[in-house]
Amino acid sequence: MPSQELAGTGVTLRDAGPGDAVCGVTPTWVALPETTGEVSAVLRACAEHDLAVVPTGGGTKLHWGPAPERCDVLLDLCCMNEIVEHAAGDLVVRAQAGVTMEALSAALAERGQELALDPPFAEGSTVGGTLAAAVAGPRAFRYGTARDLLIGITVVLPDGTIAKSGGKVVKNVAGYDLGKLFTGSFGTLGVIAEATFRLHPLPVERRWIVAVVDPPRVSPAEPCQAGELAAMLAAAQQEPSAVELDWPHGQGPIWMTVLVEGTAAHERARVLRARMGGVVKDVRDEPPPNWGLILNDDVLAEVRFEPAELTRVLDAVHYSGFSLRGSAVAGRVWLELWGDHGADKTIDAVAALRARLDDIGARLTVLATPYEGVERWGAVGSLPLMRRVKERFDPGRRMSPGRFVGGI
Amino acid sequence: MLDTLIEALRGVLPVEWVITDPVRLRTYECDGLTYHRATPGVVVLPETAEQVARVVGLCNEFAVPFVARGSGTGLSGGALPREDGVLIVTSRMRRILEVDLPNRRAVVEPGVTNLAITEAVRDQGYYYAPDPSSQQICSIGGNVAENSGGAHCLKYGFTVNHIEACEIVTPDGDLVTLDRMDPGYDLLGAFVGSEGTLGIATKITVRLSRAPQAVTTVLAAFESIEQGGKAVSAIIGAGIVPAAIEMMDALAIEAAEAAVACAYPAGAGAVLIVELDGPAVEVERQFERLREICSDAFELRVAADPAERAAIWKGRKSAFAAVGRISPAYIVQDGVVPRTSLPRVLAEIDRLSAAYDIRVANVFHAGDGNLHPLVLFDDAEPGAGERAEAVSGAILDLCIEHGGSITGEHGVGVDKAKYMPKMFSEADLDTMQLVRCAFDPRGLSNPGKVFPTPRLCGEVPGVRKGVHPLVESGRAEQF
Ligand SMILES: Cc1cc2nc3c(=O)[nH]c(=O)nc-3n(C[C@H](O)[C@H](O)[C@H](O)COP(=O)(O)OP(=O)(O)OC[C@H]3O[C@@H](n4cnc5c(N)ncnc54)[C@H](O)[C@@H]3O)c2cc1C
Repeated sequence: MPSQELAGTGVTLRDAGPGDAVCGVTPTWVALPETTGEVSAVLRACAEHDLAVVPTGGGTKLHWGPAPERCDVLLDLCCMNEIVEHAAGDLVVRAQAGVTMEALSAALAERGQELALDPPFAEGSTVGGTLAAAVAGPRAFRYGTARDLLIGITVVLPDGTIAKSGGKVVKNVAGYDLGKLFTGSFGTLGVIAEATFRLHPLPVERRWIVAVVDPPRVSPAEPCQAGELAAMLAAAQQEPSAVELDWPHGQGPIWMTVLVEGTAAHERARVLRARMGGVVKDVRDEPPPNWGLILNDDVLAEVRFEPAELTRVLDAVHYSGFSLRGSAVAGRVWLELWGDHGADKTIDAVAALRARLDDIGARLTVLATPYEGVERWGAVGSLPLMRRVKERFDPGRRMSPGRFVGGI
Repeated sequence: MLDTLIEALRGVLPVEWVITDPVRLRTYECDGLTYHRATPGVVVLPETAEQVARVVGLCNEFAVPFVARGSGTGLSGGALPREDGVLIVTSRMRRILEVDLPNRRAVVEPGVTNLAITEAVRDQGYYYAPDPSSQQICSIGGNVAENSGGAHCLKYGFTVNHIEACEIVTPDGDLVTLDRMDPGYDLLGAFVGSEGTLGIATKITVRLSRAPQAVTTVLAAFESIEQGGKAVSAIIGAGIVPAAIEMMDALAIEAAEAAVACAYPAGAGAVLIVELDGPAVEVERQFERLREICSDAFELRVAADPAERAAIWKGRKSAFAAVGRISPAYIVQDGVVPRTSLPRVLAEIDRLSAAYDIRVANVFHAGDGNLHPLVLFDDAEPGAGERAEAVSGAILDLCIEHGGSITGEHGVGVDKAKYMPKMFSEADLDTMQLVRCAFDPRGLSNPGKVFPTPRLCGEVPGVRKGVHPLVESGRAEQF
């Protein structure tokens, strides 16, 4: 009996219920390990009995991605919630995967530091989930994404092997960087058990400049306010940390918010405000509502593009029915589809938009959708290599099988 | 085998780009780490990615290993050739294919030098941020392979943080593009820093950075290295992230003085170079703070213009070569410790130096705890080389003991493969090699580097048929 085998690991288990379903696939058990060793024990037992595993942190993005081909065990990392070491003098923190981003921020703030990641759903999302989903927030423009701030990782492979790479120093080129590989791997290579990050001092000041700009005109050749301002801001030596757009339903005026932070943020924001001109409505020291959040991930897509293509991306999204939120300068925006459109309309809307975006070298990836027929990823040139990586790490296809690009 | 391969190579490349003349082969026998040498079986100088792919394809056909080489400035023997293999040199692939300022990127061939990229865009107010001291000659392909750093990576990160895409020739000979924009696994992140073991980069898209509005470079002279170290901690403690914090001890200063007459303040036990950059108001404020923090310094120089800035950096940038002036031979070490352990580690290096009677000059990227001890010895003195080796190795042990790394930027190569098991467990190394097996199941791409023992990749999982021939014949064990 597999349940006895799992029980033999000594790890806390409970029977799964419908509430534990992953995209409609209900596991048999939920395992709640508290240490990396326990994660290893569970995975080893699962390997022996060929049980499929889906790891989860806060569960905020568990419904993203396709349904797993099978799922016997939901590996809930919520009990791995210890901040192992905060070496403030070295600007480094090591945390277990289940620590929430909120708890981590609070602990770091006590020493005047932060992990400069601001992914959406700060509430409830965990270190492990943030890495596995590699979702970027507004400040990625200045600080990079999770993979850029991760300096060490401990993972557990599907056969129970515990492996680490990197370490707790920022500068380190010894060996391959498994952290990069696991960041954004959506639980398909193994389980992220612990992570070490480089930190930044908390900015002493912050200012948000809120502006409203016109949508692009029908012809992309005409000057576009959003595009021109974004180009100016991206090159501005006042060094804004983020420039975010919010365009409900892809129609009407676009909200553009610029974040300036750090020493002399106030003076720097004043300079930028003047350069932005009449579009500016307000300069504030609190973020505007919904700053950096995803509001609706029933149907959620991400578009990545070369930053100077912003105008054409906006033009493509205009009247497409999608709401657009995201960075005007980092070449990365979210598209949310509001309302109940049904499968067929969603499939068509995604296909039409992808075709237009392909033309300008932009990439549309559907992160979440309840409809199976939606083409999520588009063509990926390096897919054969990715499959080979998957085959090496998870030859038994037990880790979140079928949940990632190309059915990996 | 090699002879037939050479014939085949002449079929895909102009004959003059296939080098077999022993004298010319010898110019490629080592990289910047000159005490590891091997004459390559054959050297090829392809000009296009397709040619690289064809060469690698032929290597596969003949099961011959290949090694990529950029400018050969690597300091860990990463580009050490194989006598039974092909050395693929990128020196003919030196075109900057595209500069795209609106998108802040440039597309370049792998042989382009690091500095050439910055030079192409400097006038328009942009630059390529990672700046290894070897930037005038080292190639961007080599930088990608080593994930090279530089003095300014404290604030701006390493090569990996500035690469948007790489076209690579996989170890099977396929041309594949790894792009940060693509969904799926971050293969680009895994490729950067893989030291030529996962294939050859043939086209690289780098991110360009906007030049900062203001730069202030300060040289602070302290009586002792402890005082310098305290200042470093205080700077970080004050929430300042300078673009660079570099430190040199008295012996390193003496060498730099002898070599380039950098005129650092006389009698300094340590000098600190701190560079602040960013928006002018920010730099100004931070400089005020820095001045307070460095109140222990007996002299504080501030560069008034680019020429003075260059003068301050000159001593630091020439430090490696400079020790040649004060010592007949030396080992350049590269290790990392958590910044807060610096004082203790430096004290222990002092003790090692005394115990072995070997002088050590310390130059380091103090901001991120990256030490570059220069271990000095006289190669004419019997036993001195061995003692220097011992000191150099013991320094790496210290780095590991303090939770650091055996290399911060020079890579593992052949030189440090034997230290990898001290830093990583067998399981760690085996797991890393799963990536190797995925990219290079036949182990042809720069074999013998990075890992002390190659992992047998076996057949691709799922299609395994029987036992690996090496295992069957008892010559190897399957992991
Ligand atoms: C004086 C001096 C100062 C230095 N300072 C620094 C410094 O400040 N920071 C720093 O990080 N390093 C420094 N280095 C080390 C060295 O310059 C870097 O490692 C550099 O990136 C090597 O580039 P290269 O073109 O010379 O590569 P090579 O030495 O030719 O090769 C290095 C490695 O890269 C591989 N390789 C080369 N081209 C490719 C390619 N196209 N695709 C895949 N693999 C490839 C090779 O196989 C080898 O493993 C210094 C070296 C010297 C001599």
